[in-house]
Amino acid sequence: MAALRRLRGSNNEGVLALVLLGLIVAMSIANPTFFTLNTGFSILRSAIVPVIFALGVLIVVITGGIDVSFAAIAIFAGYATVSFCLNAGFDPGLPGIFAIAIGVGASLGFVNGIVIAQFSLPTLIVTLGTQGVFFGAMYTYVGASYYAELPGSMAALATSNLLDVTTSSGRAYLHLLVVPVLLLCLLVAWVLKRTMFGRSLYAMGGDLEAARRAGFQVKRTQVSVYMLVGALAAIAGVIHIVLSRSANPRDLVGGELDIIAAVVLGGASIFGGRGSVVGTVLGVLLVQVIKNSLLLVGVPSAWLRTAVGVLLVLGVGIQAIAARRDSRRMRVIEDLDSAQQHEQKVGS
Amino acid sequence: MTSMTTSQPPTPFVSARGISKSFGGVPALVNVSIDLIPGEVHCLAGENGCGKSTLIKIISGAERPDSGEIVIDGVSHAQINAHAAIQGGIQVIYQDFSLFPNLTVAENIVLTAEVASGRRLYSPGSVLPKAKAILQELELDLDLDREVGDLSVADKQLTAICRALVNDARAIIMDEPTTALTHTEVSRLFALVERLRARGVALLFVSHKLEEVLAVSQRLTIMRSGRQVVSGPTSEFDQRSISRHMTGREVDESRVVSDLDLTAPLALEVSKLSLAGAYRDVSFGLHRGEILGVTGLLGSGRTEIAESLFGVTPADEGEIRVGGKLVPIRTIQDAVTARIGYVPEDRLSQGLFLEKSIADNIVAASLESHRTRWGTLSRAGIATTIKQYFVGLKINAPNAQAPVRTLSGGNAQRVVLAKWLATAPTVLMLNGPTVGVDIGSKEEILELLRVEAAKGMSVIVISDDAPELVAACHRVLVIKQGRLTHTLEGDQITVDTIQERMSA
Ligand SMILES: Nc1ncnc2c1ncn2[C@@H]1O[C@H](COP(=O)(O)OP(=O)(O)OP(=O)(O)O)[C@@H](O)[C@H]1O
Ligand SMILES: [Mg+2]
Repeated sequence: MAALRRLRGSNNEGVLALVLLGLIVAMSIANPTFFTLNTGFSILRSAIVPVIFALGVLIVVITGGIDVSFAAIAIFAGYATVSFCLNAGFDPGLPGIFAIAIGVGASLGFVNGIVIAQFSLPTLIVTLGTQGVFFGAMYTYVGASYYAELPGSMAALATSNLLDVTTSSGRAYLHLLVVPVLLLCLLVAWVLKRTMFGRSLYAMGGDLEAARRAGFQVKRTQVSVYMLVGALAAIAGVIHIVLSRSANPRDLVGGELDIIAAVVLGGASIFGGRGSVVGTVLGVLLVQVIKNSLLLVGVPSAWLRTAVGVLLVLGVGIQAIAARRDSRRMRVIEDLDSAQQHEQKVGS
Repeated sequence: MTSMTTSQPPTPFVSARGISKSFGGVPALVNVSIDLIPGEVHCLAGENGCGKSTLIKIISGAERPDSGEIVIDGVSHAQINAHAAIQGGIQVIYQDFSLFPNLTVAENIVLTAEVASGRRLYSPGSVLPKAKAILQELELDLDLDREVGDLSVADKQLTAICRALVNDARAIIMDEPTTALTHTEVSRLFALVERLRARGVALLFVSHKLEEVLAVSQRLTIMRSGRQVVSGPTSEFDQRSISRHMTGREVDESRVVSDLDLTAPLALEVSKLSLAGAYRDVSFGLHRGEILGVTGLLGSGRTEIAESLFGVTPADEGEIRVGGKLVPIRTIQDAVTARIGYVPEDRLSQGLFLEKSIADNIVAASLESHRTRWGTLSRAGIATTIKQYFVGLKINAPNAQAPVRTLSGGNAQRVVLAKWLATAPTVLMLNGPTVGVDIGSKEEILELLRVEAAKGMSVIVISDDAPELVAACHRVLVIKQGRLTHTLEGDQITVDTIQERMSA
């Protein structure tokens, strides 16, 4: 029983993994072209950017907030960095490019954090507002033109593969960038589990006032969280530009729902205090696989948004129902236990 | 303020001096001063809403005072934040526990200490022994891996207590730490308090149970409406004088019970009710207008019986008749349709919408009865109900629009009561109706139940507070290990008999 519970995971990660596996098996049976290394690698590649976004969203959601400005921050940071490098005609190399973008992203996140922490405003409204502000600011001050050429270091990264396998159905490439993303996942998981900063996020999501009373520096942490989301978004923004081999300021914004749905499907509670990296990654993969399968079976892409919307509602619904049933079952078991203990005492 | 008469006044570890605080113009504290002296338990007593918790929150840095200073170890602060207070060695068991429902018991216990230590890394393995040690010291058996949100109120309270004790605090403040505890747990806590005192810890203790106050403390401060009325060695007080200082009047806890009309029809008839593992073969009748006490130790099955009658955990066997008619109660909806009301034990988390106003909470359960012929709500009717209970229950708030979260613990309790009274049930079951309610209001609440009973409502009071049962009940049922063992009537209902039958 206990072992079973562990397998299920504290946020139903086990269930999610099963669903994912089931879906893959079903798709492979229905359509043999699905079950190829090619599809696998391309799904992984398409998950790189969403996973980074999702890590950021996971962090805010754990604290009980939400950030919908991450896509705007990502494209702002990525596009501004590229535009700066191209216009200045100098390539600072990948570390430099990422450093500039992260600086920009963290600063924009800082704006979110300060407004939210200082004025205790609802996080959804604030980030909805700043999303528009950031996007508008990019158009006005950075520019709106499309760059088909990237700085040399980024262009080189675009074509770097980790694996290059020749299969019967053609060659399959696994992009190099899955490695840093994996490392990033491990890092965030470690921070969440093994640092006081990580634990403070869960504490704040559980009860903000209690967190304050327990001595956590709630406001400072809130600001850091939004800066962190900004930084992660910036990384995702740069990687997105690398992977698409061009910088288009119209990209990314509008895809927030996919990420939030993935995080919620991954078991993070929209009410705060719950969520894990494993669940989040599984959630992202599930969304990618579903989108991929729907395309493969010929569902028009316009319906994909509907599908993601349904997934989001499903995820939240399952959470709510499970929470209610759990609390009821726990109570009954506990009452029975205590009563049985009494009976045993009488018997002896 | 009267000072101690010893030759050399001991130096306090923490003092609050001249603290004033008002909320939206309404003063909650006016020039209050209090000293916490190492090796001494200082009790804070006063009616609901007199400002005890507010004073505590100011000392612990959870609220800012408007004026006054907090002196810790000789250093004066105009205000402190929670972090500084904890680092200064002050630990608080808050009235609302302030735990993290999504974290495990172990984490809840150790997390504050880890924050205070300024550590950056967290290792689940290394904090576990600390949590285990404190459980052993208190002889508790809490499951350290359970999430706090899944615990019973009593276990939550125990977790909050452990958390305060796991830090090597120099001052421990306990805001009504015993409301959900059994006698054994209370005596263990008090034994621990003695040990802490011997170690030189300064303690501040708040309770509405005056016998606890007298048993545990060496010094007493009594407050009324945000002002300090009197301070002095506890030995100079007795229950009577404490309640007089608290309320400004004599409080009458004596038995006032109307003659029960035994020919009155039975409002509720329970026969051979059983629920596997909880209780067995319980049969009793409840007359119209009767106040029936149901008592027993924690875990005796008293709560489960009430929950079955309310359809929360339906009984396996037996019959329930309401007004002579057989009603199968399988769900809460069944019970509500049969006009049975239930005020649960864990009111603060189950019974209230904390962010909503008092008014909204009062009418939350009775909106249906205010429907007009056209299906719209009758504003006038709703306003009357709100006013009736807001005034009738003496809810202490600037007005009925104040959110329930801003109420003192005892006043929040009255709002729950008002909500259920407003549904005008034929049978109203109350589980611990006056836990955390001050002695003066307790009498008022009991009086209110008497009035409702006289008007024809049948009331079941589930409680282990013997004086309360004596004060109001026509009959008292004693439940032991899931069985109805005694039915006390008339002269048999005394504090001693009840306590004896309960535990014997
Ligand atoms: N955040 C707040 N906003 C507005 N009013 C408040 C707030 N907190 C407390 N009050 C008011 O201050 C007064 C004192 O409340 P407090 O909680 O200190 O009472 P208490 O003595 O602890 O009572 P109890 O015994 O019922 O716990 C009450 O009238 C309460 O309504
Ligand atoms: Mg209080």
